[in-house]
Formats: sequence, structure tokens, C-alpha cells
Amino acid sequence: MKKRLLFSFAIFCAVVNLVAANDSTNTTPKKLVADPVNAGLKTPSGFSASIVADNLGRARHIVATEQGGIYVKLERLKEGKGIVYLKDADGDGKMEINKTFANYYGTGIAIKNGYLYASSDQDVFRYKLDDKGNVIDTENPQRIVKGLWDKRQHASKSLALDDAGNIYVNIGAPSNSCQETDRTKGSKGMNPCPILDSAGGIWQFKVDLADQSYHNGVRYATGLRNVVGLDWNQQQKKLYVTMHGRDMLYTLYPDMFDTTVSAELPSETMYAINKGDNAGWPYVYYDHFQQKKILAPEYGGDGKKTGGENAIDPIVAFPAHMGPNALLFYTGNQFPEKYRQGAFIAFHGSWNRSPLPQEGYYVVFVPFKDGKPSGKWEVFADGFSGTGVVKNPREAQHRPCGLTQGPDGSLYVSDDVKGTIYKISYPSK
Amino acid sequence: MKFVYIVTILLTTTAFVLPEEKATVVQAPLKASIERGKTIYLQRCMACHQADGGGVPRLNPPLDAASKVKGNDKVYLVRVIIKGMTERVELDGEYYDNNMSANPDLTDMQITDVLNYIRNSWSNKANAVTVAEVKAARAKIK
Ligand code: HEC
Repeated sequence: MKKRLLFSFAIFCAVVNLVAANDSTNTTPKKLVADPVNAGLKTPSGFSASIVADNLGRARHIVATEQGGIYVKLERLKEGKGIVYLKDADGDGKMEINKTFANYYGTGIAIKNGYLYASSDQDVFRYKLDDKGNVIDTENPQRIVKGLWDKRQHASKSLALDDAGNIYVNIGAPSNSCQETDRTKGSKGMNPCPILDSAGGIWQFKVDLADQSYHNGVRYATGLRNVVGLDWNQQQKKLYVTMHGRDMLYTLYPDMFDTTVSAELPSETMYAINKGDNAGWPYVYYDHFQQKKILAPEYGGDGKKTGGENAIDPIVAFPAHMGPNALLFYTGNQFPEKYRQGAFIAFHGSWNRSPLPQEGYYVVFVPFKDGKPSGKWEVFADGFSGTGVVKNPREAQHRPCGLTQGPDGSLYVSDDVKGTIYKISYPSK
Repeated sequence: MKFVYIVTILLTTTAFVLPEEKATVVQAPLKASIERGKTIYLQRCMACHQADGGGVPRLNPPLDAASKVKGNDKVYLVRVIIKGMTERVELDGEYYDNNMSANPDLTDMQITDVLNYIRNSWSNKANAVTVAEVKAARAKIK
């Protein structure tokens, strides 16, 4: 008890000190409470996490400039703006809002060769950057892609760019499993699935042509239900993606699956993509227990029959429903050897595991060698939800959604509940 | 079976029209309806709206404390359950991205039960829905 009191007193002093320090050194009002230890996260030993920005809104994907600024794409407009530009102008380790712009909401944001690329749920825009990483004209971006499907479900458009002047855009299928009536018990799977003509894949466009759309884009890969995380691997010169697997095996087929199986299947999957690849949705899903592509019940499957002979296999299969929302290959050299060229994946956290506890709400690391996983995936940063077990997603205080690598090799993670931006560095200071 | 069905209709209908002081007498059928509704909820609705009725932020709306769920527009509620929902509409100040399943195969009685469950669970409290009301609503939305 005495110890406890002493400890509380120490904390009290620390807070008072902090307040005092803030008072004397800053004219702008700052938060009066210290950030939680290690930003409330659990990271591997030697790493340290801090909060660099907070309360930005629904921060989806993020991208760092070569100069250390960060652009954040918002899923809902905040004071009429959909992109936030953060900078640490005073060098205090916290980033301030330098500018907000763009009158559209969305998810995708990326930088390549002096341009910032950002997406709404239908269009892709680009903005020229100056040599400090600032957008030169925030009001007049060039619209390079327009009119992509936005049917509400899985409408976010994630972006990746190669070195040959191409941009890759995910067009998620506005459907769970291509049933005649979406997510409805007893409704058959459409065969062939007509959605695949316009969605359920990755489309490739040129970076410098205005107003491209389906007629002059290339369907680069198909059979991908909804890819939110994608990254161009510089070393392999190849596109890698993480896909959200289908939902509701139990709700739609209670005679075939129970709630436990439905919570644990199908896998969330990561693929290495070559032009023309087909990953099999909606006809098959991946089962990491059987390590097979299984015929979807909407197409005559029973949980055992395999299918998708012409479809590619995933290179990593994760537990079901965790929502891999961002993928980043680590190209820095700040982190230890093990992490170089490996993949970080931000898992948004599940909802479709009820009545079982939800899963995810963390950032995962997968070691890679020569473009292939060289070991098991592991949780890299945990604790975003702020609660032990998440029963209902609304309990999660933060949900990881975007990843970017700073010029010094630090890893940044965005959260789309409160709009918190985390920085994870090594070695800890 | 048919007999039980008719009795339930009668009882739930009476529950709805009887004045308040008699309410305790006719609580039992509503309770039974809520119980049956729970089973349907767990099979058909829980995945999206969650066991605690809290929904999933930005994806599936909460049913707990939702104004229309507790409200008196029963035709709206019956329509949502039979037809599902695929339009972007504002519900209590928020938008949701998922599609709601259609449930064309649920009987009037099953719809009555699941509505009684969602209207009288968590923090919700609302008057009983009757099979007759659901039947009438179904005829309207065809
Ligand atoms: C596949 C997920 C899903 C399932 C399963 C589902 N719902 Fe829904 N429900 C939704 C979504 C999404 C909406 C909102 C749709 C929109 O905004 O267009 C919704 C809306 C509703 C509404 C309207 C809420 C309001 O505030 O107006 C009610 C009532 C409702 N659902 C009840 C049910 C019931 C009862 C069941 C089970 C029989 C069920 N839902 C099954 C996803 C689902």
C-alpha cells in the first residue's frame, strides 16, 4: 500500500513537471497528460513507440515524404478536407498539421517520383511535389483515373506504383461471394461471376494520362475479393497484395459450418502477383488448416471439395477475418537485419468472429528472403485496441490501418478510429 | 402446430391492444416471442450486428439504441428484414458500408419474434410487434 502511494506520488510529480515544462516552453496549449508508456503498444525489445499525431479523423493510408513529412488520407472529410499534411517543424518529435486539402474522402495515398497520388472511392488524382515534399498546387490535381466502381461495400481504392510509370489500383468486389443476392441465405453464386469484369481485382493504369478508366486500364490480376494492402516490391519488381477473405460461412450455410469454423475460416491471404494472375474469388477460398483452395459453398462446395485449379496459391495465410489493411516491405536499415526486405502488415481487426472474441488489431511482421517468406509471421506491435480481449470491434480504441516508412527507417502506423499516428523506431532512445 | 401459431397470434395481438394494467398478465407470450427471436438473431443477425447489438463501426449499424429499431414504423422494420438493405442511407448520423442480407424465407412469425428480440434487448424497450402487423406489412411491401 505504501509503495502504491509512493508510486502514485511519483506519477503525480511527473505530470506536474510535464505541465510546468509545457507552460514555460510553449505558447500553444499542449496536452496536459503524458503519452502512455511506449504509446500504449507492445513492441519487440529494443524498439520504442511514440504517438506523433492524434485526433486527425479517420486516418486510412499514410505516406512519408523524403523530407520526413507525412500525408494522411481520411475516410471521412474533416472540416471539408480529405488529406492532412503533417510536419514536425519545431523538431520536438510531435508532428503538427501543416495543411489540409482535397475535397474527397478515401483510403489510398502514395508517393512516386515527385508526385503525390491519392484516391477517392472512384477516382485517382496526382499532385506535383516541390523539392521539400510540399504539394505545389493543392487545388488543381490531375485526375488520372475516373469512374471506378463505388458500390459502397469494399469501395476503398488502394494504390501502389512501380518504376515503369504504372499505378496499380485495387477495385474491391462489392459483394461477399458473388451471390445473386449478396449475403443472403439460399442465394446462389453467379457463374460466371459478372462482378469480375469491373471489380474483384487489381487494375493497372499509366501515371501520366488524364481520365483513364476501364476502357484503357488493364485488369492486371483478378479473383481478388478485396485487397486493401498492396505494395510494389522494389527488389523483386513485383506486386504483392493482402486480401480480405469472405465472411459468414455459418450464417449462410449453418448446416455445413458451425460458428467456430466460421470464425476461423477462411484464411486472410497474401499473394505475390504476376500480370494475369487469378486468385480464385468467388469460386474458392483458402483453408490454412487443410492448406488447400476449397470450393465455395455458393458454387457447390462442402468445406472439403477443392477447386480453383487455375488459381494461384497464397504465399502466406493468416487466421480468418483479421482485416489486413496495409502492406509494406521494409527497405530501411534502421531496424535489425531480420526485418530488412521483410513485410509489415497492419491488421485492422476482425468483426466476423462473433460470438468468439475478435482477432487482429495489431501489426504483423513476415520475414522474407528473395521475395518469399523465410519464416513464420509474428505479431510485431500489439495493444492498439487498448483492451485485452475485443468482443465487439467498437470496443477497440485504435485500429491499425496504414503503414509508411520514414526517411530514417522508422515505421509509422495510422489508426482510423481516433486518427492517431504512431512512430516505431530502433534502437529505442 | 397450427394451434400454437393461432394462440400466439391471439396472445401477441392482445398484448398489443390491451390497456396497461393488464400488461403483466400478457407478458408471457412476448417473453416467449423474444426468446424465440433470440435464436433467430444468433443464427441470422449476430455476425453483423454482434451479440451485444452494438454493430461494427462504419460497417454494420448498431441495433442497440437505434431510433428506428425502437420506433413505431414497423413496416420499415419488416421491409429491412425481408428485403435487406443495399442503399447508402444515414442512420442516426452515421453511414454504413456493408450490405444487409435479405431474409425472404423467414415466416411472419419468425420476423415477429426477431423484431421483438431486437426491440427488447440491450437497452431497447419498445412495444410488442404482432404477427398480424408483420403479415399486413409484408403485403404492403411486395
Ligand atoms: C451481412 C450483415 C448483416 C446481417 C446478417 C444482418 N444485418 Fe441488419 N443491417 C446490416 C447493415 C449493413 C445495415 C445498414 C444498411 C444500410 O445502411 O443500407 C443493416 C440495417 C438493419 C436495420 C435498420 C437499422 C436502422 O437503424 O434503421 C435493422 C432493423 C436490421 N438491420 C436488423 C437486422 C436483423 C433483425 C437481422 C437478422 C434477421 C439482420 N439485420 C441481419 C447488416 C446486416
